[in-house]
Amino acid sequence: MVSTTQSELDSKLAVYDQVLAARKPWAQVIKKGQTLRIVDLGGNQAVDFLVYNADDPSERYSAPDTIRMQGNIFITTGTKLYSNDGNALMTVVKDTCGKHDTSGGACSCESNSVRFGLDKKWQHACVENFLYALKDYGMGKRDMTSNINFFMNVPVSKDGTLEIVDGISDPGSIVDLYAEMNALVVISNCPQMNNPCNAYNPTPIQLLIWDAL
Amino acid sequence: MSTAQTTEHSLEIDPTLILWDEIIPGGAYWSRVIQRGTTLRIVDLEGSRGLSMLCYNADNGVERYNAADTAKIQFNAFLKKGMVLYSDMGRVLFSLTEDTCGHHDTLAGCSNVATNAAKYGDDSRNSRDNFLLALTKRNMGKKDIMPNLNLFSQVAIEPDGSMTWVEGASQAGCFVDLRAEMNVLAILSNCPHVLDPVTAYDPKPIRVVVWKSPAPGADDLCRTASPEAIRGFQNTDALFI
Repeated sequence: MVSTTQSELDSKLAVYDQVLAARKPWAQVIKKGQTLRIVDLGGNQAVDFLVYNADDPSERYSAPDTIRMQGNIFITTGTKLYSNDGNALMTVVKDTCGKHDTSGGACSCESNSVRFGLDKKWQHACVENFLYALKDYGMGKRDMTSNINFFMNVPVSKDGTLEIVDGISDPGSIVDLYAEMNALVVISNCPQMNNPCNAYNPTPIQLLIWDAL
Repeated sequence: MSTAQTTEHSLEIDPTLILWDEIIPGGAYWSRVIQRGTTLRIVDLEGSRGLSMLCYNADNGVERYNAADTAKIQFNAFLKKGMVLYSDMGRVLFSLTEDTCGHHDTLAGCSNVATNAAKYGDDSRNSRDNFLLALTKRNMGKKDIMPNLNLFSQVAIEPDGSMTWVEGASQAGCFVDLRAEMNVLAILSNCPHVLDPVTAYDPKPIRVVVWKSPAPGADDLCRTASPEAIRGFQNTDALFI
């Protein structure tokens, strides 16, 4: 499987290297064997993340299957991102942040209106980014099931208390994702302004792709 | 939960209010539209080891139960009396108006062909296929399966994130009342929780009762639970103006 020497990933050899501006969507097929790197340039920037089998998008990331298969609710090095059909879509091969959330979901205009005030429904949100990106692939709302929030800190207490709290991601934190199949990755660089998920200041991220080593 | 049986008696439903009363055998699935203002009572008759559930806006199936929003909006992943089930559109599907069990999971997902084969060594009925069958009959399908709710089951989360099955979450007589706040398509799959370690496949029957529950008062527990709940119901009631 993946025993790639991640330290050898040299940004000069990347086949893709772009900065995604704060608040923006992004989508790209990561081919089987390629590695996608997400860099949290400014620190504590939530990166909302969907992933599909690019050859049959009815197969998509499943948070419940992923956390149950590894017996732990957090995403980190070694986590296989499992699909609703029980196959690994991608594997986290490097993580300098420590842990990532997959229980808190993506912010939407509608949930923002409930969480923060009815007038907040006019603000930009991750679901808007997801829908905007998915439409180019002939996909829509039914294709938004569960997601990952890279660099977002959502501890769960013994009594079930769950809250988005101050982040633990330093500027320059990276996560490397190895594609186990042709994987359509859709990202929303989270625009949320009402809680600490982005330290109240959405910032750019860097995205790099390397071909199979 | 030693008082569950007593509690049920004290909350007995006037038979004239009952609209539907049915028993779901172990391993089976069930679906029904629960009209706004009526309540779905789900009773653990013989000691359930989990009952998997999905729900949708019956008038617009693309609006569905969202486990993440439900936990995030209420700052808790464990559903209890007084909490509500949120859709992905900032509206309330169901209010949990009574709950004599107190243990429900919405993180661990549901059983499927592979988990049943690994646990039971056979092709016994599983919740993912049950969901697919129930949805297909409504012209819905795979894309409509969201992270589900598991009633009558408990999964502990440790600070390091590890997940552990907790034995004895429910017992005979425990029940929940789910008051529909919009017209809700409810889908139930009566298969053991995917993390239940028992290797003998023996899901017990579940009773479902739909009844004409009283209209919520001004001090309704679920509708007044928090500023978030008040806004969630403002969004929901706006559908029916």
